[in-house]
Amino acid sequence: MAPVATTFFFYLLAGLTLVSGILVITQKNAVHSALALIFGLLSQAGLYLMLYAPFVAGVQIILYAGGIMVLFLFVIMLVNLERSQKEDQFNQQWLVGLLAAVALGGLFVAVYMKGKDLFPEQIAQPAENSNTQQIAVMLYGQYMFAFEIASLLLLVAIIGAVVMAKKRI
Amino acid sequence: MLDYITSYLGMNTTPGQAGNVFWVLVYILVVFGGVSVAVMAMNWLERKALAHFQIRLGPMRVGPHGLLQPIADAVKLLTKEDIIPAEADKFVFWIAPLIILCASFTVYIVIPFGPTHAITDLNIGILFMLGVSSLSVLGVVMAGWASNSHYPLIGSLRSSAQMISYEIAMGMAVVSAVLMTSLNKSGTGTLSMIGIVQAQQQQQIWFLFKFFPLGLIAFVIFAIAMVAETNRAPFDLPEAESELTAGFHTEYSGLRWSLFMLGEYAAMIAVSSIAVTLWVGGWMRPFPNTLTGDTWDLVFSLFPGLTFLGLALIAFIGVVRMPKHPYFRIQTIGLAGFAAVLALIGLLLFAPPVRDRIQDIFWFIAKVAVFMYMYIWYRATFPRYRFDQLMKVGWKVLLPIAIGVLILTAIAGVLF
Repeated sequence: MAPVATTFFFYLLAGLTLVSGILVITQKNAVHSALALIFGLLSQAGLYLMLYAPFVAGVQIILYAGGIMVLFLFVIMLVNLERSQKEDQFNQQWLVGLLAAVALGGLFVAVYMKGKDLFPEQIAQPAENSNTQQIAVMLYGQYMFAFEIASLLLLVAIIGAVVMAKKRI
Repeated sequence: MLDYITSYLGMNTTPGQAGNVFWVLVYILVVFGGVSVAVMAMNWLERKALAHFQIRLGPMRVGPHGLLQPIADAVKLLTKEDIIPAEADKFVFWIAPLIILCASFTVYIVIPFGPTHAITDLNIGILFMLGVSSLSVLGVVMAGWASNSHYPLIGSLRSSAQMISYEIAMGMAVVSAVLMTSLNKSGTGTLSMIGIVQAQQQQQIWFLFKFFPLGLIAFVIFAIAMVAETNRAPFDLPEAESELTAGFHTEYSGLRWSLFMLGEYAAMIAVSSIAVTLWVGGWMRPFPNTLTGDTWDLVFSLFPGLTFLGLALIAFIGVVRMPKHPYFRIQTIGLAGFAAVLALIGLLLFAPPVRDRIQDIFWFIAKVAVFMYMYIWYRATFPRYRFDQLMKVGWKVLLPIAIGVLILTAIAGVLF
């Protein structure tokens, strides 16, 4: 079977991600921004698939595109956006923006130059058929402690949100 | 080229895994066509069954017993004027029905109609199904917002809240079924749809009856949540016609509205297939472990043909009972022709080569059909929930029970 993960698909998905990312910040209407963000997240899921990580792609779709973005849209529709459409979308802080952009670009260039030392020589053998099982073994075996701490942190955040939202408990 | 096409025939796997583009396309076309026909049949059946529940006749005018009504409806919808409200957000309004349609048809990629009769088998099958079908709520929300009108907006707000709430309980129920797949020698479970059915085959039990009553409770939770997830009565608050006119699709007409309906019915069939795959043994025939042997194999393989012959018999009784007035002559001839076609299909299904190949598909579809009938039954039986009751059921009843079942299933899996 010929590999699906060709360069063409990488550039297609990467291009889609970039275009939708730009649309997210340039659209005046918040709902349009959210929709562009959804498309960006979906094409990102496609990129995960190309890395032979189907589980991560599935979770990306189910959590970000299906869960979090629906909540975003829910909130956006509840709040009044008439005012924000008339406001300026960008701050006029050219100097800071330029500095940040140069710093980030420098970082990318540095990674690219040193890339040969950082990344392995040959392409890793992807275990597509047991990706989910391997992630499970990693999470519940090697990284059990970190995983439980992360879930505890999320639980605290949930309880905090409930406490802050409700006057009487 | 011909070699490429025939090379798949000997293989014992799905066309997607074999990487055969031709057969993948064939399967996709067959599934798409089959689902569209099933949606039309479901449309007719729903109106007819609801009518009989309420002691009415239902559609009777177009064709014998209204059999041609779905086709007449489709023609009407296609030729109707397509209106976009002046204040609507055109692009979002235009794309919303397409998103619902794509989301509900994409999930059919992984539905296993038989051990090799699926378009492909994904390692993350069930996760993919839940994820992609949860995208359809985006279409509902976009449709309601883009219409720029009050009723649709309220409908889509309700829809997003409802779907988020019931998705969690649904996910918990699914996880407890996936946990059961790991009860084999190697101790690793699977998310692949085909793998889940094979696990039930291996353990020689439907997950519905596994760790009784844990599997049953998880199944019931899923069965309730899937009705809420597809916006059907008694959870059809997003389109509650007595309060919100038509909810999120109030402003839609003609073709776009029919896309919504097509998407809704396709999603109903898709979630029913998830339930069948996870709990009711997928493509397996009843009692594959107790009623074994060649005789029983033969008996069960005759069922598809017998079903069609039975349908033909019902249609034929309809022919006999038709009024003998000249007005009804064409309808009588049409119904007789329909009965003859059904009988012919039934006879064709008795032929041994067809019989062996069609069995898995027949049992899968028969199980899904039961669920589809239940949908109609719910709609005829239960009054609509109030919104706060809906939220209460989702968060305070279903979710705690689902978590409890999940924990108990894990404990039972470790102990036994």
